[in-house]
Amino acid sequence: MSEPHFFVMGVTHNQAPLEVRERLAPASPEALRADLAAVSGLSEFALLSTCNRIELYGVAADPGAADSVQAAYCARQNFVAAEFERIRFRLSGREAALHLFEVASGLDSQLLGENEIFGQVKAAYAAAQSGGSTGAVLNRVFQKAFQAAKHVRTHTGISSGQVSIASVAVDLAGDIFGDLAGARVLVLGTGEVGEATAKAFRSRGAGDLAVAGRHRGRAEGVASGLGAGVLHFDERNSRLADYDIVVCSTSAPDAVLSASAVSAAMRRRPARPLLLIDLALPRDVEVSAARLQNVFLYNLDDLARIAEQNRSAREADAARCRAILAERVDGLWRGVLKRSLGAQGAGEPPGQEAGQAASP
Amino acid sequence: MLSDLSDRQWLWGAAAFYVAGLILGTAALLRGERPSGLLIYGAILAGYLLQFVGLGIRGHATGGCPLGNRFEIFQFTAWSAVTLYLVVGVTFRSSILGYFSSCLGAALTILSLSIPSWDAVRRTHIFGNNPWIELHAALAIFSYGVFGLLALTSGLFLLRHFSLKSKRLGGWFSFLPSIIDLDHIEVRLLGTGVALLTLALAFGSVYWSRDTASVGHAKLAATVAVWVVAVAALGLRMTGRLLARRFAWTCLVLFAAALLSLGAVDRSRHPGAVQASLRLGP
Repeated sequence: MSEPHFFVMGVTHNQAPLEVRERLAPASPEALRADLAAVSGLSEFALLSTCNRIELYGVAADPGAADSVQAAYCARQNFVAAEFERIRFRLSGREAALHLFEVASGLDSQLLGENEIFGQVKAAYAAAQSGGSTGAVLNRVFQKAFQAAKHVRTHTGISSGQVSIASVAVDLAGDIFGDLAGARVLVLGTGEVGEATAKAFRSRGAGDLAVAGRHRGRAEGVASGLGAGVLHFDERNSRLADYDIVVCSTSAPDAVLSASAVSAAMRRRPARPLLLIDLALPRDVEVSAARLQNVFLYNLDDLARIAEQNRSAREADAARCRAILAERVDGLWRGVLKRSLGAQGAGEPPGQEAGQAASP
Repeated sequence: MLSDLSDRQWLWGAAAFYVAGLILGTAALLRGERPSGLLIYGAILAGYLLQFVGLGIRGHATGGCPLGNRFEIFQFTAWSAVTLYLVVGVTFRSSILGYFSSCLGAALTILSLSIPSWDAVRRTHIFGNNPWIELHAALAIFSYGVFGLLALTSGLFLLRHFSLKSKRLGGWFSFLPSIIDLDHIEVRLLGTGVALLTLALAFGSVYWSRDTASVGHAKLAATVAVWVVAVAALGLRMTGRLLARRFAWTCLVLFAAALLSLGAVDRSRHPGAVQASLRLGP
């Protein structure tokens, strides 16, 4: 009798910089899920892919299945296996569960205690559920992780006074433009991050806001919620000179703002600085644009590094959170083992709930 | 009691307040805190008033604007820069600019006070009893003070630019004003300096056209060169051809050129000027 082999592997901001994470972000999560579903011996899995992490959670009867998952992932991403081996982390059993607890609680985030990751973990779990790739172990571990994350956010100060990417971006704009009332802001992309940043700009007094998205209808929806104008996405280069701050958060596979387009815009407004905030992964703005005079380009890692300066203030809360999560994960893991052993005694394979279809 | 104090004693008092502003600001920055704008402004204002009294006593004794030797020129330049800061600082609300202004005030006043030879002799009748020449000199040196404050602002601009490009925004970089504010104040200060220097040269040229031998070639070349650099910098900035870091560096070079030109200005005086020994105070 053995415990189910629950494991997590992946790469986060702790192991790899933005340019590496860009190469690791799955262009098609559905295709990757199909690859993982074909891995022999893998009974459950979930994929968590955000700007700061790519993590694969799995349950298998055979511990060697983790190697097969890694090989399938590298093949899908066309990423050198030896390089992945060098930068990836891999945890199993209780440590893997504790990792998920900490991720869901924001303790492993670049911005300590941030809330957004909670929704991203929930979305990853929901996608796995709808794809039929969860079972007894993942269901229990993820649900307990959500409970634990809610508990620590309620009972500690980990989320209070937190610094979000949006607020850091707005502060940064203040360092360049001072009063934001006269600054013109263009939001490229209609995702949650871009919308949150646009709201932060609006709340800090930015008077002139426009939204441009590849899907016109969605851009209009976001714009109406913000009281902003709408710009046709194809006009982004020709109208770039009209804006002082550009927030990019599209999910486009390639850069949507080239250095030459930024250079052309700056020739029309040489005396006024241009702040480019690139919140996308893969990045939306060509890196070489940062070398242009009066252009200030910040990406996710840059903003997170700035926010990190406020991290020390919340370290004490983080320590309390970790103690609470460790206690809870111990309880969870004892329960998982008990259920697993019970299930095995009843003739069911580990990681499969009675009445639930074997997955994937 | 106070009436017994010599002009230099008043000026030492002014220097002490400028140094106090410098120490207060440095201590705050070392603690990682924003310097107190009120304390720094208070220290600079006190220094300014004492310097005003000191220069007033000197001017009253010499019967004109105290610009008779290098000591007086440096003191007057510092006083001009501080005057501008006291006006600009209120609207700018930048304790960091105040901190650097106190540094500039302390540097110029301490330097001039600690080199006795600069004040050992002074020329009298340097303006040939012509109030227009006196106005010309006062305006020119006042514009140099403006360029001093411009150099400080440009230094702050370069620091802010460096912090934004290198993405180091913490520590005392966080106390710097926004880059747009610094750019605006640079342009306004340069415009003010150019206007004052242009007026100064206009008054001087009227006198010079009547008696071209009255001004040495070195002084003429140095002051015109400073004016040309200032006008060119302003013109290029206004037409968008000299921007950001290059503009800030040009402003720093302009102030350096203005300081260097003071040597030529000091050596070339009105031919009627008479050298007189001074009884130095403490």
